[in-house]
Amino acid sequence: MARDSDGSKSGALARIAPDSRRRPDPATEGLAQGLGWFSLGLGAAEIFGGAAIARWLGKPELTPVIQAYGVREIVTGVGILGTTDPTPWIWGRVGGDAVDIATVLPALEETNPRRGNAMIALMALAGVTALDLVCARNLSEAPLRPSRRVRSDYGRRSGFPESPEAMRGRARDFEPPLDIVGPQAMRAWTSAEA
Amino acid sequence: MRALVWHGTQDIRCDTVPDPEIEDDRDAIIKVTACAICGSDLHLYDHVIPAMKKGDILGHEFMGEVVETGRGLNGTLKKGERVVIPFIITCGECDQCKRGFFSVCERTNRNRNLADKAFGHGTAGLFGYSHLTGGYAGGQAEYVRVPFADRTHIKVPDSLTDEQVLFLGDIFPTGWQAAVQADIQPTDTVAIWGAGPVGQMAIRSAILLGAKQVICIDSVPERLEMARAGGAIVIDNTHESPVERLNELTQGKGPEKCIDAVGMEAHSPRAVEQVYDRVKQAMMLESDRGSVLREMIYVCRPAGILSVPGVYGGLVDKMPMGALMNKGLTLRAGQTHVNRWSDDLVRRIEEGQIDPSFVITHRAGLEQGPELYRTFRDKKDNCIKVVLRP
Repeated sequence: MARDSDGSKSGALARIAPDSRRRPDPATEGLAQGLGWFSLGLGAAEIFGGAAIARWLGKPELTPVIQAYGVREIVTGVGILGTTDPTPWIWGRVGGDAVDIATVLPALEETNPRRGNAMIALMALAGVTALDLVCARNLSEAPLRPSRRVRSDYGRRSGFPESPEAMRGRARDFEPPLDIVGPQAMRAWTSAEA
Repeated sequence: MRALVWHGTQDIRCDTVPDPEIEDDRDAIIKVTACAICGSDLHLYDHVIPAMKKGDILGHEFMGEVVETGRGLNGTLKKGERVVIPFIITCGECDQCKRGFFSVCERTNRNRNLADKAFGHGTAGLFGYSHLTGGYAGGQAEYVRVPFADRTHIKVPDSLTDEQVLFLGDIFPTGWQAAVQADIQPTDTVAIWGAGPVGQMAIRSAILLGAKQVICIDSVPERLEMARAGGAIVIDNTHESPVERLNELTQGKGPEKCIDAVGMEAHSPRAVEQVYDRVKQAMMLESDRGSVLREMIYVCRPAGILSVPGVYGGLVDKMPMGALMNKGLTLRAGQTHVNRWSDDLVRRIEEGQIDPSFVITHRAGLEQGPELYRTFRDKKDNCIKVVLRP
């Protein structure tokens, strides 16, 4: 495979701003998207089933806390799915995992008859935390967007023999067909000065 | 022969398949010398366009040499001639073709019943673009059968290279028609969403047609760089609000002409809108994401024109019809009537007004096609346009 590095025949070198954004591999992007959907689902479950989850853990007093975590999960899910760079949101999930673990740990006390459930919850949390960490690290270590050289190359590819300004209006000899642009009386923003 | 074959979602392989044969008197067989992966092929790759079948040969942007002709071509094509094949198959005889509306040819879609059910009335047959458009084998192959070949071809002069003329089959006339539909005037600001290959061609077309100001909206740095090279002011929608910036660049009035060169897989920069569309798409409550259309309708100057070359396949939710109607906007859309613009565009390339090969970033053999589909889809390796040489 050959990547073309040949510029166009003319065109001024474009101003190139530094770009610190990263471009993760598709698998990491897919994992991030999956975690976003998981956040939305878990958030909904925690909001609407907060009381049941708290009872299952043997800590009914945690109901409002779990519901608040549900709101956090929804916001995080929207953040992950709705932005082009989910990295900070995934790191946010890692922080949320730590808070979740800290919340569930006291349920392991020997007096809790549901401590077995708390252990299951902790194992699940550990698994999710591992996924979050892998995803967050991969996102943070993804390669940067195009190099200065590539952007400089593409910045010369006008496709025109002269500068775009010189080529502006070079095809004004073209008569747009009226069956496409409509009758003269109905044409929008025709030659009248705006 | 070797060809790129669709096996399922994101599963394209370079397979050995039977050579095509003449099936009708109006057929020709073309030995493909160059073909491209089009942005709309990615809708098939991701399987968001329905009616694909395992074994379908992909590709609708290709050119080559005539190696076999049917008996009914009446001398319109001869062996050895060099042709670009329009992605639209046209009969040249139906009411629509006679009027120059080739993309809605009434005879070439051999699965017209299926298309009638989907769209109310079917459209033309296309190469390599699902059974909704006829199920014809595509041109990402060593050879391809061209039906209605007496009308479905563009002869190109030997003085021009393959790479200069290849895009006459799709992206160049598509960008051109998008600009023509916008009826560009010297006082116009033209806003173009999407700096992919069609967006790049639309930018150059708008410049050539004399727009006062051309603005391109995208989020991919190298694409924005190429858009800027073509004379566009660029808006990176990950950093700035297109609506605010477009209003700023038009003294608060909005662009008179808006072009959607993105289509059904748009990514909204607004988190809530993006999540809304993705959830609805996942629940099969809408098939296409309409964030670009919504933004165009919202920001366009009243009495302006919206031109939509971007591909849509089904249903879009939450369209601001109130704004569209009350602002008196005109919406023009459609697949490209390729042959309608061919003579004019060939002349402009010959005269040196434009060399469409500027957009090519990757060249490879057919065997590397599957890998390059992924590269192009993921916008990796700064990929903007792939040309394959079978």
